[in-house]
Amino acid sequence: MVQPEPKNHPSGDNRFKLLDRAITKYHASGDALIEILHVAQGIFGFLENDLMVYIANALKLPLSRVYGVATFYHFFRLKPQGEHTFVLCTGTACYVKGANEIQKSVEHHCGCKFGETTKDNKVSLISARCVGSCGLAPVAVLDDAVAGKLTTNEAVRRIQQWQEEKKEVAA
Amino acid sequence: MTVEDLRELAEKEQARQAEYEHRILYCSSAGCVSSGCDAVKNELKKAIGELDLSKKCEMIGTGCLGLCGEGPLVFVSSGPTLYQHVDAAAARRIVEEHIGQGKKVKENEIDLNDPFFASQKKIVLENMGKINAESIEEYIAADGYEALAKALTEMIPEEVISEIRKAGLRGRGGAGYPTGLKWDIVRKGVADQKYVVCNADEGDPGAFMDRSVLEGDPHRVLEGMAIAGYAVGANQGFIYVRAEYPLAIDRLKTAIKQAERLGLLGNGIFESHFNFRIDIRIGAGAFVCGEETALLRSVMGRRGRPKVRPPYPSEKGLWDKPTVINNVETYANVAPILRNGSGWFAAIGTQKSPGTKVFAIAGNVKRPGLIEVPMGIALRKIIFDIGGGTPEGTKFKAAQAGGPSGGCIPTEHLDILVDYESLQTVGAMMGSGGMIVIDDTSNMVEVAKYFSEFCMDESCGKCIPCRVGTKHIYMMLDKIVKGEATENDFDLLKELCVMVKETSLCGLGQSAPNGVISTVRFFKDEYLSKLKKSAEGNTHLNESSSVPVVKEA
Repeated sequence: MVQPEPKNHPSGDNRFKLLDRAITKYHASGDALIEILHVAQGIFGFLENDLMVYIANALKLPLSRVYGVATFYHFFRLKPQGEHTFVLCTGTACYVKGANEIQKSVEHHCGCKFGETTKDNKVSLISARCVGSCGLAPVAVLDDAVAGKLTTNEAVRRIQQWQEEKKEVAA
Repeated sequence: MTVEDLRELAEKEQARQAEYEHRILYCSSAGCVSSGCDAVKNELKKAIGELDLSKKCEMIGTGCLGLCGEGPLVFVSSGPTLYQHVDAAAARRIVEEHIGQGKKVKENEIDLNDPFFASQKKIVLENMGKINAESIEEYIAADGYEALAKALTEMIPEEVISEIRKAGLRGRGGAGYPTGLKWDIVRKGVADQKYVVCNADEGDPGAFMDRSVLEGDPHRVLEGMAIAGYAVGANQGFIYVRAEYPLAIDRLKTAIKQAERLGLLGNGIFESHFNFRIDIRIGAGAFVCGEETALLRSVMGRRGRPKVRPPYPSEKGLWDKPTVINNVETYANVAPILRNGSGWFAAIGTQKSPGTKVFAIAGNVKRPGLIEVPMGIALRKIIFDIGGGTPEGTKFKAAQAGGPSGGCIPTEHLDILVDYESLQTVGAMMGSGGMIVIDDTSNMVEVAKYFSEFCMDESCGKCIPCRVGTKHIYMMLDKIVKGEATENDFDLLKELCVMVKETSLCGLGQSAPNGVISTVRFFKDEYLSKLKKSAEGNTHLNESSSVPVVKEA
């Protein structure tokens, strides 16, 4: 593995400058690992192996620590996401209001399970523990916008919309 | 800033607000944001501009107004009137008719004498629907930071603690440990550095009380933490918030900046020798981090794995220093107690559990939302008077209190009085305050399976009873749901539940089987009906399949 220098990443990727700024802000402290991983995921979209090596070096932590933390928390992603994200809340309120029905039909429609991305890389299906909008159950978060009182048909329709939009652009 | 400056600021702000005949407060909490309150806000603004009413009224975003299922909600202070289901058209009518002509918009009005509002008692949520969630001036005008000023200028730390002890405030995170006692232990600890931590990792699905408080009244939590810091001798605080709550994080960041700007956080607060800083730590999605030792490890950038207590965080917490760790709602109660006196607080609720409790009601209920009730209120009142009961055509079956670690309370116990001890007698717990209503459309075995799946996924894997036990509880329930289980499996399940409960390391494992235990206790028939089929039909069942594995565990 190439040891990247802190100031000038060999790939010439400017995003590392942003990451370095965050690392400096936290005084390269290992205690701030989670904060730095949040920043890194915000910049790069997901935590690639190389990126974790870079962070481990910068914070002078064993790579196992960085990898261990990144895999422990649900929020950190080690794989790239699709163009759109469909986050279904699977909290108790949503469960008793029929979130599992939505889950089944969406999985059927997309041909993949929650936690995966469709083959065309357009939609990532993610399940969340509880997004705290229980008054509006069942709830899903579609590309950062919360959709409350969701029905099975509406969920599938919204996903279809994403898929068709892209087709039009491609055409 | 001095105490006089604070009062001057409060008076100035009160005078500014008094200039307006009407204040239009739209709910800007996450629930109403999802229901589309942004469109309402824009339309209100446009209408006020077009009709040139900006001298007559002001429009502000406020905290959760409670009736989350009927949003977006708009409250008009003159009247006072609360409007539900406000869309752009209704927003325009509110401005044109209510503000312009003084006529209420009847179609959208909610009766404020409804039991939903009348049965509540607001302490923690007192500022919801009154102040702008993003303005420190409005918080100060509503007596904000008055309690901190009182503590720093008139009281010694021991007096603050004794006041909290006399009030009888107990931890609102669920366990109900006396807050004053906890603070006292930390104060007596000898160390060069102490910490104050706020647990805002509201992981229980179905609970959104802490979120609403942080979004609607963040300064109240900051003030409570600063008072705790003064009482125990800490100068650094951390708020650990879930990453799933971006709006709460934003509001907290804003609030901390505002408080630092006015010198209400930082060095020499109110010209005393007391310094206090608060930093935010953002969680990353792990239910177990709601457990205090796991949370503290997460604050230090580690994997959130619990450790054996004792030593408790109050002796050895963050970086092995004495640490106060309390829930959002606990801190939110601190300022009102100091402001109004411990006697006032102790007189509310029951003798053993004074004060109020915020509940988030959701699930199969007519009026889901956020409520605050005095301790000792009957559960029936919460679900039927306030929540409006189950939707038409369905029957109430159980109330699930306390999240995945809690239990289900059936119809026959509906008259139970809600406080820490009584809920435990029926196998449920106060928890952080999530209350899910389940009607007869749900099967309780499947509900139990849902909770056991949750606990299985969220087990951190450190201790074996929890890591392996929750997995096997889930597998056995799955077998029962599929109708493949025998009575033997059912007995084994009950035995395993007791074992996991008694031998797990932390609260997650110890309470993980609660959902199963309580449904077995009250809804045994539903389990048995699933078993019978298998006893008649599937004679080829391999009954011993799960036995050896369990022994191994």
